[in-house]
Amino acid sequence: MNIHEYQAKELLKSYGAPVAQGVAIHSASEAEAAAKSLPGPLYVVKSQIHAGGRGKGKFRELGPDAKGGVRLARSVDEVVANVNEMLGNTLVTAQTGDAGKQVNRLYIEDGADIARELYLSLLVDRSSGKVAFVASTEGGMDIEAVAEETPEKILTLPIDPDAGVTDADADRLAAALALEGKTAEQAKNVFKLVYKAFVEKDMSLLEINPFIVMENGDVRVLDAKVSFDGNALFRHPDIVELRDLSEEDEKEIEASKWDLAYVALDGNIGCMVNGAGLAMATMDIIKLYGAEPANFLDVGGGASKEKVTAAFKIITADPSVKGILVNIFGGIMRCDVIAEGVIAAVRDVGLNVPLVVRLEGTRVAEGKKIIDESGLNVISADDLDDAAQKIVAAVGGK
Amino acid sequence: MSILVNKDTKVLVQGLTGKTGTFHTEQALAYYGTKMVGGIHPKKGGESWTSGVDGTALPVFASVAEGRERTGANASVIYVPPAGAAAAIIEAIDAGIELIVAITEGVPVLDMVKVKARLEKSNSRLIGPNCPGVLTPEECKIGIMPGSIFSKGSVGIVSRSGTLTYEAVFQTTNEGLGQTTAVGIGGDPVKGTEFIDVLEMFLADDETKSIIMIGEIGGSAEEEAAQFLIDEAKKGRKKPMAGFIAGLTAPAGRTMGHAGAVISGGKGGAEDKIAAMEAAGIRVSKSPAQIGRTLVEVLKG
Repeated sequence: MNIHEYQAKELLKSYGAPVAQGVAIHSASEAEAAAKSLPGPLYVVKSQIHAGGRGKGKFRELGPDAKGGVRLARSVDEVVANVNEMLGNTLVTAQTGDAGKQVNRLYIEDGADIARELYLSLLVDRSSGKVAFVASTEGGMDIEAVAEETPEKILTLPIDPDAGVTDADADRLAAALALEGKTAEQAKNVFKLVYKAFVEKDMSLLEINPFIVMENGDVRVLDAKVSFDGNALFRHPDIVELRDLSEEDEKEIEASKWDLAYVALDGNIGCMVNGAGLAMATMDIIKLYGAEPANFLDVGGGASKEKVTAAFKIITADPSVKGILVNIFGGIMRCDVIAEGVIAAVRDVGLNVPLVVRLEGTRVAEGKKIIDESGLNVISADDLDDAAQKIVAAVGGK
Repeated sequence: MSILVNKDTKVLVQGLTGKTGTFHTEQALAYYGTKMVGGIHPKKGGESWTSGVDGTALPVFASVAEGRERTGANASVIYVPPAGAAAAIIEAIDAGIELIVAITEGVPVLDMVKVKARLEKSNSRLIGPNCPGVLTPEECKIGIMPGSIFSKGSVGIVSRSGTLTYEAVFQTTNEGLGQTTAVGIGGDPVKGTEFIDVLEMFLADDETKSIIMIGEIGGSAEEEAAQFLIDEAKKGRKKPMAGFIAGLTAPAGRTMGHAGAVISGGKGGAEDKIAAMEAAGIRVSKSPAQIGRTLVEVLKG
């Protein structure tokens, strides 16, 4: 689960991290009061969307010469003028895709005199199985580009979960960022507190880019991107409250209510599969035979009939779906449960597009029998190749 | 031979008394009499569990340590819900269980970071979490794989995906090759056993004549495994291999069901993994329905 920059900063501030004063606004009428509450004379107006590349992004409605999604303002009037131009418009960045994202929230922040821009992040490093810091002197730019061009400028430092961030770890990070004196001491404190926040709140990513040194030698979190481990949200009701549903696809919101793993895609063949690997492979094989999947959907292990019905309804509610492929290889998932769920859903919402069902594994005979005896117009398939070819043919692909 | 489990493996079930634990324990008992020796429940120690299928009764112990002492179990399978799964794994580690198989999906990743640190200081091996388990045909079934699709044979199968493991098993059965052992290592980013660990075991196992490796997007475990295979081949250790990578069509930045299946920062894409595997001499099938056929072609030379 992702949150907005201003929410991430509030969270880090509660752990003691140095962040600028700022106010989040939802409407233009709040802009003047928000700016006046800040010390000035330099302000930053920042679009709050769940995507990176905001500074270089462009508003679709404003034309190519207009400024991007993060703007400097030198007076309260300039803040208000920028807010009026930005709020409600669609920001297209390298990460939003062509559709862009509507900017419904802005964050107005006190400006900073920046001396140096650094990079600092925390993530779960798969190779070591530990939480790791990634630090670089090359802040304010795309860290992937830094990794590609100058990998020697990046330090990856896994942290022992039993010991936490030791003084030696903090020293190494400060050295990697070429920090000295009072600045280094402040930064070492930040390393320890962001690690604490990461672990206590079950984050999956915390990226501070840039982490800045100001002209006066103080450090500050200038931007913050935080993602949380969806599997740990059950123990963080305070974090769940930060979720912004307007940032998410409606079908994905509905799917999440049923604990279904669903990702909306651009094609026209709806897929319902058990198992993430097989669900991805089903998308791949649809493409291999010349069509495009409309979604990724893993009904998971041990799904109930009701869950299968809900999954089927989410697929059929998508107007771009011209055919449906149900592909089940039952292990923990029983084929008879899938069959009953599909039949119940079809009876409930009707079926206006071709449906191909491929069942294999636990209780496959019972499952096939339920489908066959339903009297519904379902195309049976013997294996995955057969199923993919049949659904692609049915929607008029190759 | 087989790897990890055989007819002598004695298995405890953590989470036996729940619906999932019950169903799959019944299935395991029905699979060539897999030696399920007892269940664990902190509040139901001293009670017994009865299979609804054939009336087999198993004792329930209050702790893994007690269960191990009373039954001589050397393996444990975990069906405990996500919030308690890490504690269950750690209990099994502390009880000295040699092979721990965690089926549970949805374990918080930072819980696994703690488990991993504990694991490294122990002699236990963990498979999973978020995996289908381990199965040696006609001998032992730990986990949720459907036993009916297996046949005894010569192919070692290792996979990050449960259902794609079944595809590979089913296809190698249909091709008449059969399996020595199938191992689902699980779809989480931090897990107990990686490809390299299992490949090492398959290379060392005389009965395993060929290997299928199934990966997916996210991380770099496939690339690391490919490098391992290249290094081993230089030492003269090499077996015919086929493979598959799921997620060629997956969009970047989206988590595809498995917590570990995400292309992030331009890394972990399917193309890179396929290229690395092919460079290590693995023939990678384009279709998930042709994995078995691809291996047959490799074996024909």
